[in-house]
Amino acid sequence: MSEKTNQQIVEESNQELNEYIKSDYEAGFVTDIEADTLPPGLNEDVVRFISAKKGEPEWLLEWRLKAFAAWSEMDEPEWAHVTYEKPKFQDISYYSAPKSMEDGPQSLDEVDPELLKTYEKLGIPLHEQAVLAGVRNVAVDVVFDSVSVATTFREKLKEAGVIFMPISEAVHEHPELLKKYMGSVVPQKDNFYAALNSAVFSDGSFVYIPKGVRCPMELSTYFRINEQNTGQFERTIIIADEGSHVSYLEGCTAPMRDENQLHAAVVELVALDGAEIKYSTVQNWYPGDENGKGGIYNFVTKRAVAHTNAKVSWTQVETGSAVTWKYPSCILKGDNSIGEFYSVALTNNYQQADTGTKMIHLGKNTKSTIISKGISAGKSQNAYRGLVRMNPSAEGARNFTQCDSLLIGDKCGAHTFPYIESKHPSAVIEHEATTSTVSDDQMFLCQQRGIDPEKAVSMIVNGFCKEVFKELPMEFAVEAGKLLEVSLEGSVG
Amino acid sequence: MLTIKNLQAKVEEKDILKGLDLEIKPGEIHAIMGPNGAGKSTLGNVLSGREGYEVTGGDVSFDGKDILDMDTEERAREGLFLAFQYPVEIPGVSNLEFLKASVDSVREHRGEEPMDSVTFLKLAREKCKAVNLDQNFLKRGVNEGFSGGEKKRNEIMQMMLLEPKLCILDETDSGLDIDALQVVAEGVNSQRDPNRSFIVVTHYQRLLDYIVPDYVHVLADGKIVKSGGKELALELEEKGYGWLENGGQ
Ligand SMILES: Nc1ncnc2c1ncn2[C@@H]1O[C@H](COP(=O)(O)OP(=O)(O)OP(=O)(O)O)[C@@H](O)[C@H]1O
Ligand SMILES: [Mg+2]
Repeated sequence: MSEKTNQQIVEESNQELNEYIKSDYEAGFVTDIEADTLPPGLNEDVVRFISAKKGEPEWLLEWRLKAFAAWSEMDEPEWAHVTYEKPKFQDISYYSAPKSMEDGPQSLDEVDPELLKTYEKLGIPLHEQAVLAGVRNVAVDVVFDSVSVATTFREKLKEAGVIFMPISEAVHEHPELLKKYMGSVVPQKDNFYAALNSAVFSDGSFVYIPKGVRCPMELSTYFRINEQNTGQFERTIIIADEGSHVSYLEGCTAPMRDENQLHAAVVELVALDGAEIKYSTVQNWYPGDENGKGGIYNFVTKRAVAHTNAKVSWTQVETGSAVTWKYPSCILKGDNSIGEFYSVALTNNYQQADTGTKMIHLGKNTKSTIISKGISAGKSQNAYRGLVRMNPSAEGARNFTQCDSLLIGDKCGAHTFPYIESKHPSAVIEHEATTSTVSDDQMFLCQQRGIDPEKAVSMIVNGFCKEVFKELPMEFAVEAGKLLEVSLEGSVG
Repeated sequence: MLTIKNLQAKVEEKDILKGLDLEIKPGEIHAIMGPNGAGKSTLGNVLSGREGYEVTGGDVSFDGKDILDMDTEERAREGLFLAFQYPVEIPGVSNLEFLKASVDSVREHRGEEPMDSVTFLKLAREKCKAVNLDQNFLKRGVNEGFSGGEKKRNEIMQMMLLEPKLCILDETDSGLDIDALQVVAEGVNSQRDPNRSFIVVTHYQRLLDYIVPDYVHVLADGKIVKSGGKELALELEEKGYGWLENGGQ
């Protein structure tokens, strides 16, 4: 096939894809709810307001103020392979709660029906009946703009001794745990966005799995940004006590807006001796329109600490956001601990993603595996950035990294930035990287067998991602496959 | 079944097919032989509607329909099948998944429901067996890491599943060991049917001992320069192409 034809295909496909995204970003509706939103702007008073609004104890206010002071001194990082107009931090509102939530719902019946409808549209069966009817055997916490709306299945979890509640409640009910672990993995001053989050975070999920307990169901949080000009700053803290096991799912959507919206979350995972945490994300924030207008800025700090014999695995499927800046990391502190990172990042149009992981090996015989699959289409830029560090204490540590890029069309870019620091002679680090395209031969084979081109692309891309998808919990794997199919619809003429 | 009149086509601004005529009736097997670079694979690609192969003149009617304006997948669904000279790999996409998508899209075209998975699996296993491929090949990625001969047998397996009206086999015999050649030939013969036709592209007379053609054509420099019965293949084996007009290039 001639190059000219190739280019035509790509142009056409991008056009179609643009139209698709424009008209059909399925989660792009706005919910009409009266909201209690703080006017835009950020200063110490705003931090105090948020804290007071939540009736927080003095220690937490102090904690926030310390973070705010640190943030005020910091500059936004510029090393990532992304270019965007910096958020105007004084134009963002740092608190928005649906009005009806003011007094906090005691049960699902008290939740605004409009809100429930939103979640229904998102396909989250919030009602426990629906859940029990076998739709999803998952406990769900939903964070709408800044406030945690409902946590299902709380009773059943309680029986197992599992704590799963909004942080705003954990502050009052489990202050000792919160005090001990919040900021223990991602310190307030860790980086610009983490500091911002620490100052103004509004809510998030708190999970504690007691010693030796296998969490009886998947835990899940859905994040939704609804209000205009608001940022979302939630935190998630998961503590898996010795020998326990938990699988946690995170899903995200936002309505279509012309303005960029900021999402700066912090996730902290603590896997104590012999514990296992599996953290899966399907991120589908609004990516912006065909001209790169609007979309979510997704600047997220996710980090885990694995103690002796513990295991942490991050699995992420990222298809949304205008700009993504995200490096779920593992600090392999204890001997024999294991860290895994499985990632699919798809970018299209003008989307930019700079994502990857950090594996910091401290303990002896620690192991890490990194499988990263980047797919770029349209005029998007997709970068993998990964750090593997073997500290002097990391005797016998091993890492395996595989980093594959798939290009659809010739106007997009894929970049790989591996950083390797080995300070122990016995450490073994393997790195493999490939770049491929969806070839004309593959497309022709599929079409000659009667398969239409869109289906063919999605099949080829899904095949490319297989190693990652098989790490996702079953139902999420199906969802992720569909998401890719939708995101790629029309991507080849 | 297939009528090609004065077909001309170019690739990358280069004329490859230069006025090709061919008439194939239902149930017939036509062998096409000819020197390297003559345009045999190009013919398969043009008939399949591959992008980049531009038809500059002539007509092709398949099963009574003018197919030159149809998309590749449409022609396939109408029952045109091409077994590739060099089958490509699609990593991570299982053979089974691929075949199911293929069979279902053909069925959909005919207004039929997708085949249920159990029936399909049974059928696919059966066809695997027929071409002497282990069941494992259904689970593996499409052609991923298959040996040359396995790829060719995989093509025949697909053909058997799809039950096309016209099968174009592009050098399906090359790279096959003697046993595999027999397996493939038997596979093809088992598909012989009064309503199904074959174009068999080959360089070797040997294949035609197993798959006995009704006609043998010589394609040279973008045209059919000679046609005959199966004895023509023997003659070609003996004399080569040099004695034919335009045959030597
Ligand atoms: N995609 C393409 N780009 C450029 N040239 C091509 C392309 N496809 C075919 N050609 C050229 O067209 C001519 C015919 O090629 P074709 O593959 O049809 O020959 P063939 O008869 O099948 O030969 P063989 O017996 O070697 O398989 C060759 O000169 C080839 O280089
Ligand atoms: Mg050929």
